[in-house]
Amino acid sequence: MPPSSIQPSTAQAGRYLRTGIVGYHAYLPGYRLQRSEVAAAIGSSGRGVRCVAGYDEDSTTLGVAAALPAVRGREPAVGSVWFATTDPVYADKTNATAIHAALDLQPDIIAADLGASLRSGIVALLVAARDGGLAVLADRRGGPAGGADEREGADAAAAFLFGEEDPLARIICTASVTAEFIDRWRAPGAPDGAAWEERFGEQRYTELADQLLTRLAGSGSGSRSRSGSGSGIELGDIQRFAVAGSNARAVRSVASIVQKATGARLEGAGLADAIGNAGAAQAGLVLADLLDAASAGETLLLISLADGADALILQATEAIAAGRGEPLRAQFDRGVTIGYPQYLLWRERLAAERPRRPDPDRPSAPFAWRNRRYKLSMTGGRCGKCGAVQFPLPRVCYQCHAADDFEPVPASGQTGRIVTFTVDRLAYSPSPPLVSAIVAFTHGGRLQCELTDVCRPIKVGDEVVPTFRRGATVGGIRNYIWKARPVDPTTPDAAGRPGGEPES
Amino acid sequence: MAQHSLSDRVAIISMGCTRFAEHFDRSADELAVDAVVEAMDGADLTRDDIDAFWLGTYVSGISGMALARPLRLVGKPVTRVENMCATGSEALRAAVYAVASGAVDVAMAVGVEKLKDTGYAGLISPKIQDDGTRVNTSAPANFSLLVPAYRERYGVAPEEFRAAMTHVAAKNHANGALNPRAQFRRAVSKEAIERSPAVAGELGVMDCSGVADGAAAAIVTRAEDAHKYTGTPLYIKALALVTGDGSGAADPRYDYTSFPEVVDCARQAYAQAGITDPRRELALAEVHDCFTPTEIILMEDLGFAERGHAWRDLLDGVYDRDGELPVNPDGGLKSFGHPVGASGLRMIYECWLQLRGQAGARQVATAHRGLALTQNLGGAPGDCVCFISVVGSRPT
Repeated sequence: MPPSSIQPSTAQAGRYLRTGIVGYHAYLPGYRLQRSEVAAAIGSSGRGVRCVAGYDEDSTTLGVAAALPAVRGREPAVGSVWFATTDPVYADKTNATAIHAALDLQPDIIAADLGASLRSGIVALLVAARDGGLAVLADRRGGPAGGADEREGADAAAAFLFGEEDPLARIICTASVTAEFIDRWRAPGAPDGAAWEERFGEQRYTELADQLLTRLAGSGSGSRSRSGSGSGIELGDIQRFAVAGSNARAVRSVASIVQKATGARLEGAGLADAIGNAGAAQAGLVLADLLDAASAGETLLLISLADGADALILQATEAIAAGRGEPLRAQFDRGVTIGYPQYLLWRERLAAERPRRPDPDRPSAPFAWRNRRYKLSMTGGRCGKCGAVQFPLPRVCYQCHAADDFEPVPASGQTGRIVTFTVDRLAYSPSPPLVSAIVAFTHGGRLQCELTDVCRPIKVGDEVVPTFRRGATVGGIRNYIWKARPVDPTTPDAAGRPGGEPES
Repeated sequence: MAQHSLSDRVAIISMGCTRFAEHFDRSADELAVDAVVEAMDGADLTRDDIDAFWLGTYVSGISGMALARPLRLVGKPVTRVENMCATGSEALRAAVYAVASGAVDVAMAVGVEKLKDTGYAGLISPKIQDDGTRVNTSAPANFSLLVPAYRERYGVAPEEFRAAMTHVAAKNHANGALNPRAQFRRAVSKEAIERSPAVAGELGVMDCSGVADGAAAAIVTRAEDAHKYTGTPLYIKALALVTGDGSGAADPRYDYTSFPEVVDCARQAYAQAGITDPRRELALAEVHDCFTPTEIILMEDLGFAERGHAWRDLLDGVYDRDGELPVNPDGGLKSFGHPVGASGLRMIYECWLQLRGQAGARQVATAHRGLALTQNLGGAPGDCVCFISVVGSRPT
């Protein structure tokens, strides 16, 4: 199909009059892999690192890690959940429902997956923007051993909550163009994808970006502006912009075109070099970087290049400075370097020696369903008689023996302290040894849970925060559990709170 | 409502105990038959003379038929019992209650376990179908939680506590070296104990009891009938069982330096037996040394040591075979391994030998005190079952 025949969609503004982003967070998992070590496996070379998820993280848990700080305290206001990943845990079964459960959101909202294409990331943003929804973009990217996709990919997530109350950035307008051509593809279920010669896609995407800019410029002089008065967006009003896409040449060329057309400052540049390209989550990472850099009143443009081109134009408000959490770039240097064999084991590219212990059992679906409030949202109960907090919510209080008189208490979002702990070299773990601890929470209650991301020696009294992780997968059923991870003392936002002071 | 002591109403008249070992050449059925035949022969009884049977087994059989089949017991009541590591002792408790109630004249308790058929490392516990939310830590990991907590509470230096753990292992292996029925019959140097590969927390392989197969059996009658069968019966002075409510992990008052279930159980057992100063009244104690720190803390929970002092007592040799109160003179779980269903009755078997002066090279000098204690602990700190018995060579 020749580009001239592509019909760009109309730039859309009217429906967003009051909506904006009210909370966001980008999450980088805590591990880094040297590209040179990966490349050496095939006699090639590389520079820098890519970001790697822990063995107990998948697209769903990465999404939860990004979404928790983005929605904290605003759970009742979340109007929908839209989940984008190219690496879904389940087909047939929805993945967004586990995120919905982990966040303990209202039951009467929709939670849906957006397919497994790279475009789903920007789509989640555009769809969530329409109904005060939560866009969760999470991905784990890899490829054939030693190759460019494995070296240049990244595991990361970002979440954006849209709403009308005190947005940090209001939506000015959106625009999309769609085109069918082969640039990057992967068979469903296959671990590795492939790409055509980059220059072909680069040409297509630069043409699409031109069309997109034309549509945006058109919207500026028309009646579809945010104010509706005809004094809307001019390309020259844009102060900062960012471009996401899996085709690095295309991203560079389009950035250059946009810069010429707008004179705006490019954000998000260097993200892919610094941590890798996070696939469907890449649009979320560059948008987070854009918002991290923005000052009140600035007009911001996000462009995503995936089977077309999509744009989101925002204007930062006075709330931007107070409303943002830990910036994405602050997480760059926090990672712990792992070796390539460790990466290959974690990715199940290599099979590790099995311990001489029984395999874990398949989780019981009815049991998990009955236990869902504890299992998925880490909710226990506070005894109405004596106040003792206990997990999971029991029938009979261990302290005063009063029955069936409990008020739900979530541990998620609290901090805890290690009462005692052990490193278990005998128990089954996909990445031995298993570290477990008795954790006492700030708001009461103690439980034994597994620790994860233990990268330095721990001791009694250390602070930990709950984190949603995957356990074993048996019979295709992925077991999700809450673990706890040590708080990095250098992390200002260790408990995942949106930029606030630590709770006492 | 109250508990009542059955002291001196029931007596053990004969016992049997296999060697505990990796019996790759013997099934659970064969081990049970060996222990039962030894016990019956010891009192010149046949299966027809025994009115009821209790079988304790954790993972090696289901229902009383697991004993009735290999023994070809016809027309008899046979019951399987299970209560984690107290399983063998539960069989004895049931047999004693049956006799004490007057329901039967002669009852037999059998404990058997076959652990070495799985090919797995460590003890494999049966799992109830769940949703995989609970942390599935191993037993050594659960008990290793005691070490940092105890040291922290009592300000014990790591090397001092390590020395006490090492002493438990060295003492019990030295005792086991003298016991023909033990799985491991070699003394082990302190260096070898401390150099052993890490298993969990600060526990090395040599801080853990082994995995073995074995069986033991006891025959009980009313005390007044005991002398029909033997001149030297062993009188049941106390049987106490406390099942924990599992609240340890949840309850901030629990600090992982004690087993509250053991403290409660000991209080009940001492009340039944009329013991006020166990350290001086007992001739010996057979306790659940599943892991070395467990034995240290049990010394305090059982009232053998002041709080915070057991590690020091151990290093001072108080619980050595020639010490003030010999603990695990047969070698304990460290030397015997832990065939779960058999361990409780194996402990009683050592009391049977020691109090009747038949323990040979490891005979304790304190046997004249005439009272011995056995103790089992099943589960994990904060979530366990405890059994304690006191047996004596003389009626009060």
